Amino acid sequence: MPYPVDQNEKFAAYAHPERLVSTEWLAAAIKDGAVADGGIVVVESDEDVLLYETGHIPGAVKIDWHTDLNDEVARDYIDGAAFAELAASKGISRDSTVVIYGDKSNWWAAYALWVFTLFGHQDVRLLDGGRDKWIAEGRELTKDRPAPAAGSYPVVERDDAPIRAFKDDVLAHLGTRPLIDVRSPEEYTGQRTHMPAYPEEGALRGGHIPTAASIPWARAAAADGTFKSRGELEAIYLGEAGLSEGDDVVAYCRIGERSSHTWFALKYLLGFDSVRNYDGSWTEWGNAVRVPIVKGAERGSVPATVGA
Amino acid sequence: MTTQALPSALAAIVDDFQALSEPERLQLLLEFSEGLPELPDRLKDHPELLEQVVECQSPLFLTVETGNNDDGAVHLFFKAPAEAPTTRGFAGVLHEGLDGLSADEILSVPDDMPELLGLTRAITPLRMRGMTAMLGRIKRKVAAESRAQA
Repeated sequence: MPYPVDQNEKFAAYAHPERLVSTEWLAAAIKDGAVADGGIVVVESDEDVLLYETGHIPGAVKIDWHTDLNDEVARDYIDGAAFAELAASKGISRDSTVVIYGDKSNWWAAYALWVFTLFGHQDVRLLDGGRDKWIAEGRELTKDRPAPAAGSYPVVERDDAPIRAFKDDVLAHLGTRPLIDVRSPEEYTGQRTHMPAYPEEGALRGGHIPTAASIPWARAAAADGTFKSRGELEAIYLGEAGLSEGDDVVAYCRIGERSSHTWFALKYLLGFDSVRNYDGSWTEWGNAVRVPIVKGAERGSVPATVGA
Repeated sequence: MTTQALPSALAAIVDDFQALSEPERLQLLLEFSEGLPELPDRLKDHPELLEQVVECQSPLFLTVETGNNDDGAVHLFFKAPAEAPTTRGFAGVLHEGLDGLSADEILSVPDDMPELLGLTRAITPLRMRGMTAMLGRIKRKVAAESRAQA
């Protein structure tokens, strides 16, 4: 059964307040026994594969973005059978309320939430502020690993189309509909072909997809890792990026994780119905044959030859 | 490559990792992250004496000291934040496996030694790069200091 929505003023302004919970809400739910009795499943998803083991929210299970959610051989996500097995092993049933949190302003947690959404999991929420806020508030951590009773999860095939864009979708999208590039300014202009400190995720060419607006993902987050208010987000995405209500938007980054965070902000906080994450992102586009790119700080335009 | 080519302390660590299942290997790496010694005060107060290994996903700083003692032993110093346990764990393995050895012993460690820990699948190749880069940086610094003293 879905657990009641967190009622607070900040969340109420968002298009889908039911997608976020506060640290206070989660602490109260834990105290009420909602995590212990399996009504809520708390999932930690971090960049660092060992961070959960150093201490986590009591009752939280771990899902690793790479080893649990990515297919080992195809560049794709796991299939319905593997997801059902993973979810059940973590105590998640199809009707569970799942609350995901993680390090780095929920960067990887948002990615995990996006993958849950590919499988149509109904009630999946982010802990606003993530791991860092929980710790900054001095809340309880434990090294005890829960041993949840297996959940009951059906095999549901992924439905990629509503929220996932592939390279051909982006080519068809170009020139008529908006794109948001969430990488660092240096990656956008082409000065760098990878993030500082991530040299193995580089590309042959540096730059961005023509017409894409540059809004680095972390601008959606406040200093404490929580999402900015609706007003602040509107100033960034409607004002600066130039999106209009009802736009069909594609967001991308380098492998699709940072853009999951932006996808969450656009879809659930600002209420854009059609937002897709292009997970091939720059590691595909920057290496693909015969796709156009733009170098420099200008958004640029689509060459006439595209789609000819 | 076999562990026979490695200095004995490092070979023992590799053997320990290889004897374990994958989840146990992660647990052992976590123990190494907890066992990484703190920097001595003289380095704590002088962060400029440490170099950052930028290939690591999280901030990792290191330095080596040679020739301050009669036995020619090389000493290694690392700094990595507690919220980066994987990076700290790699640093802990290298500290326990290499600290106190001679420059020649350290330089003889094969560059792909981190692959022997059997962590590539669990940690992912991307995260393994940081450890390979850490070892490479240690060897370059040891080689440079050895040349300077020659």
